[in-house]
Amino acid sequence: MPTPSDLLLLADGRLPAGGHAHSGGLEQAVELGDVRDVPTLRDFLRGLLRSSGQTSIAASAAAARAWLSQDDAALLELDAEESARMPSAQLRGASRAQGRQLMRAAEAIWPSPAPLRLLPALPHGPHLSLAQGVTAARLDLEPVDAARLAAYGVVSGPATAAVRLLGLDPFAVHGVVATVMGDAEPVIAAAAEHASSPAWLLPGGAAPLLEIGAELHRTREIRMFAS
Amino acid sequence: MHLIDGVPHHELPDPHEPHGHASRPLRIGIGGPVGSGKTALVGSLCRALSGELGLAVVTNDIYTTEDADHLRQIGVLEQRRIVAVETGCCPHTAIRDDISANLDAVERLEEELGDVQLSLIESGGDNLTAIFSRGLVDLQIFVLDTAGGDDVPRKGGPGVRDADLLVINKIDLAEYVGADTAMMERDAKARRGDKPVALTSIATGEAPPQVVAWVRERVHEWAHQHGLAHSH
Repeated sequence: MPTPSDLLLLADGRLPAGGHAHSGGLEQAVELGDVRDVPTLRDFLRGLLRSSGQTSIAASAAAARAWLSQDDAALLELDAEESARMPSAQLRGASRAQGRQLMRAAEAIWPSPAPLRLLPALPHGPHLSLAQGVTAARLDLEPVDAARLAAYGVVSGPATAAVRLLGLDPFAVHGVVATVMGDAEPVIAAAAEHASSPAWLLPGGAAPLLEIGAELHRTREIRMFAS
Repeated sequence: MHLIDGVPHHELPDPHEPHGHASRPLRIGIGGPVGSGKTALVGSLCRALSGELGLAVVTNDIYTTEDADHLRQIGVLEQRRIVAVETGCCPHTAIRDDISANLDAVERLEEELGDVQLSLIESGGDNLTAIFSRGLVDLQIFVLDTAGGDDVPRKGGPGVRDADLLVINKIDLAEYVGADTAMMERDAKARRGDKPVALTSIATGEAPPQVVAWVRERVHEWAHQHGLAHSH
């Protein structure tokens, strides 16, 4: 039986899994002036949800389903399919770094008697959304929980970064997070509904500006966030 | 012998043992406020020790790679021995609350280099409450400077109180800023019990010999405790 609070622990920004050092593209958007206040932050977060976020939310639900079905081949396919939907090497690197760090944290917090089958095949770590899905499933959570976890990460990560980078009112920002998470419900439901689909049907929520931004971000002399 | 419930406590698992297998190198964290001389200390330690020890350095400057670049530019260490970790505007989070990025970086560096005997993790400049997690480092050095106010040791805080070595740096500036270094040392010792305090002036010369000696001794101790090869 899942412990209901496990999902809260996983979603908590204080979980020591490396998320605090990533802005989900927000830092670059701030540098370009695209995000400068609360309304532009809300637009940015909605855009994330409808583009790259859609892919990672679906991948998280699918990974949870694959883990529950003990389908290792499907997990590796999902990982490859997600890479194929992330043209920026910087974004792939950031995703794998966070995936690796989440797997480490989860293994330390909830030691599993069985070794994590996913890890030997992916020496640089799984993508973050896969790590989220697998971790949720290891804790007996459902694919819909995994999707919600991924969605919350997509929305809350950049929102926290906006508070730090722009000094936005944290109450206003959390209001935006609550609103956008409401918008995310259909995406979460769709991800859960299609969690058993073949990996190649993973939605391709492209966001070329995020991809280009991630590459440019890496070349900046002054950078607070890893991505 | 210390006993906990009748069991010698060295036989009990240490809940604070940093991650990684027992044969890994000693990890020392270097923390302290902005501008106190952390990077200068790391640079001088590298210069003094790189001939005798395999070194790895992880920097956490808030401005991405500035500290790492500085260390590379002054040529104290090969490029491949230094990596920079971004901290998302929160240097203390990266060394204390969420150590995963630093742990990831130091483990990878140690694995890639293969010959590391000492890893130094330099925190971004932070406040007096920032200390390293025991999950990340085995020992920590906290660096203060006289120009930051000579009442800092008296005020205390986790860094001043608990660091394995407290460095009070820039004593050459004390006369210009009206700082009383004798009082700083006295206050620090009152806060710290038996733990050592070093008064240094790193920018004006070579690595402070007492700090180099302290680090060298700790590396030898570590190697002995963990059965690692080392020189005497």
